[in-house]
Amino acid sequence: MSSEQDQLKETNTEERFAFKKDESAAVKSDKGLTEEVVRLISEDKGEPDWMLERRLRALEHWNEMPMPTDWPGQPDLTELDVEEIVPYIRPDVDKREGADSWDDLPEDIQDTFEKLGIPEAERKALSGVGAQYESEVVYQNMQEQWEEKGVVFCNMDEAVREHEDLVKEHFMTSCVPPSDNKFAALHGAVWSGGSFVYVPEDVTVEMPVQAYFRMNSEGMGQFEHTLIIAEEGSEVHYIEGCSAPKYGSHNLHSGGVEVFVGEDAHVQYSTVQNWSKNTFNLNTKRAIVEKGGRMEWVSGSMGSKATMLYPCTILKGRNASANNITIAFAGEGQNIDTGAKVYHNAPHTKSTIESKSISKDGGRTNYRGLVHISEGAEHSSTSVECDALMFDNESTSDTMPYMEIDESKVDVAHEATVGKIGDEDVFYLQSRGLDDDDAKQMIVSGFIEPITEELPIEYAVELNRLIELEMEGSLG
Amino acid sequence: MATLELKNLHAEVVEADEKILNGVDLQVDSGEIHALMGPNGSGKSTTAKVIAGHPAYEVTEGEVILTLDDEDVPEDKRSWDLLDLEPNERAALGIFLGFQYPAEIEGVTMVNFLRQALNAKLDEQAELFEDEDEEAEADDEDEDAGYDTSPMEGPADEGEVDVAEFQQILSEKMDLLDMDEEFAHRYLNAGFSGGEKKQNEVLQAAILEPSIAVLDEIDSGLDIDRLQDVSNGINALRDEQGTGVLQITHYQRILDYVEPDHVHVMLDGEIAMSGGAELAEKLEDKGYDWVRDEVYEAA
Repeated sequence: MSSEQDQLKETNTEERFAFKKDESAAVKSDKGLTEEVVRLISEDKGEPDWMLERRLRALEHWNEMPMPTDWPGQPDLTELDVEEIVPYIRPDVDKREGADSWDDLPEDIQDTFEKLGIPEAERKALSGVGAQYESEVVYQNMQEQWEEKGVVFCNMDEAVREHEDLVKEHFMTSCVPPSDNKFAALHGAVWSGGSFVYVPEDVTVEMPVQAYFRMNSEGMGQFEHTLIIAEEGSEVHYIEGCSAPKYGSHNLHSGGVEVFVGEDAHVQYSTVQNWSKNTFNLNTKRAIVEKGGRMEWVSGSMGSKATMLYPCTILKGRNASANNITIAFAGEGQNIDTGAKVYHNAPHTKSTIESKSISKDGGRTNYRGLVHISEGAEHSSTSVECDALMFDNESTSDTMPYMEIDESKVDVAHEATVGKIGDEDVFYLQSRGLDDDDAKQMIVSGFIEPITEELPIEYAVELNRLIELEMEGSLG
Repeated sequence: MATLELKNLHAEVVEADEKILNGVDLQVDSGEIHALMGPNGSGKSTTAKVIAGHPAYEVTEGEVILTLDDEDVPEDKRSWDLLDLEPNERAALGIFLGFQYPAEIEGVTMVNFLRQALNAKLDEQAELFEDEDEEAEADDEDEDAGYDTSPMEGPADEGEVDVAEFQQILSEKMDLLDMDEEFAHRYLNAGFSGGEKKQNEVLQAAILEPSIAVLDEIDSGLDIDRLQDVSNGINALRDEQGTGVLQITHYQRILDYVEPDHVHVMLDGEIAMSGGAELAEKLEDKGYDWVRDEVYEAA
């Protein structure tokens, strides 16, 4: 390869992740979380009254609930000052509901996505991309064939207007009510943007539905909401990528994901997230699965100062099942607290949780999981497997699996392994010609392979590349 | 043509402060097969690991010199003291260590691993043989190879073996060793039987084409069929690639299939006796105590 190409590549690598734009916001809320801010968001979006009411109720929950502080080994949230966060920024895009074509986008936004490789993925004829820049989905492309089958994939704000009944029924009602936890309440009050996916009965969306979120402004919060409704016998794979550059002050990401998996339906939700090292990443993600339905969560959590994320599945109907695969990487000063929750509320339900974590340079990873099997959920089975890989003696990894089993006729398995990257393994690869770094990189790539094999190649490559950069310490 | 020379090599275990090698002298030329025999704990495996640069051992005295008498190698780059080099640099210069207990690396397929190893070797070799002046320039170029060198399959950089090309090489070598195609898509040594692991070590040597291969008890735990496959592979290394082989073994058995040019007996961290193929047969009859008696009597 010529040095020119290499140089170009190098630039891309660095810029791809450290890149940020001057703000060109059309509407920007004040800092902090007040009723005025909530009303401004709702008004700016032209929302119906019921949504404003929901926001205000959520705000009340936020004000009433205490910050989580006393979980064993939980990330420190004392540096998170919500009064200093700007909850809402709308970029200057002509069409509120998102531009119809790439060329309609302002140049600086095009430029950002250009660097993130979004249009490239588009050119590769991936099924469609909705990209969120700050609080709005600014670019969306839907394939006609889906529309014909009644599939909806749009911006969440637009969904409130265009699919009001569906949203009103499902939005933060039975799945993730704002009373669920402090940050679900926050999310309910100031949520903005996100994706809405509706798949009608017996429709299979063959190609993954994709969205990419980018937090670009300093000290902002991002609160996108994703609502996926998969009707009986349908099938869809939703993929989300997230990233944020580094700034001096803290950012907050508090997303909400609600998934409704109908009878015998199958939903896979995959995400690769890479937040800057000062982002607090506190999310609530939950799925309700009806009889015979299947929910799969695949997530790669990279970056952030602190992450608290436990995708939850409620197995409501007989034979429903859930699979969770999570991977976490924590470097210096980072605490990634992640895992999964599964409630087995019906007989013959199945769940698997596979959690992998890597910690380096004093980073801390926690696996925190809850599996609950209700009385009467007989012949249910669950299997939990946590593997932790550590680079050095300064790094920490904890496993906190909670099992609440109220039924005796069940099959429960838990397995945890913790290991340091083995010197013998590294030497073996070195003796074959790989240098020390490449040898470690190869071991880590192999370690996370169960995740990468679940993802489309672009995301798998990006995840590998991110981890490579983390290991080189070249991400800020 | 290459020569590996161990000169008065003394080594100890770093953490235990335990002396294992007490002045080993040995010379292996490419194209030759040497058998290194001796009882457990005599220092055979340590010798192998020290040659390859295992970090658990510290060399306290002596040298390990590799001489590359090859017209493709610049004249001033033909002699190396391996003790100054990292394990991967030694590999790039043509040293291969076949492990008695190879590591199992989950999630990394054989085909990806082997292609990356081959490319890493070629890359490092180019760097080691480069003129000092060109070096600075090359460093810049190598700064970031991006996706291409990640274990994910990707397009090859210039001078690298690409996926299709590599597949071809791999198929041929596997054919030679009578290995199943399916092997290539399994994870590196993970869940391999003892025999498969040993075969895999020989396969790797066949692909990396070392000038000197040190094979540490490659015959242990093999049934007769597998022993023959592995032996055929070792003979092919010598006959087709001119590799020099240092065959570490307990038993005469493998030497029925891989006929050594030289046999060395190691006792207490030293080469106590050397001879031809007939020495191995004598050991089979008389055991190592006989060597001990001979050596002590002479002393």
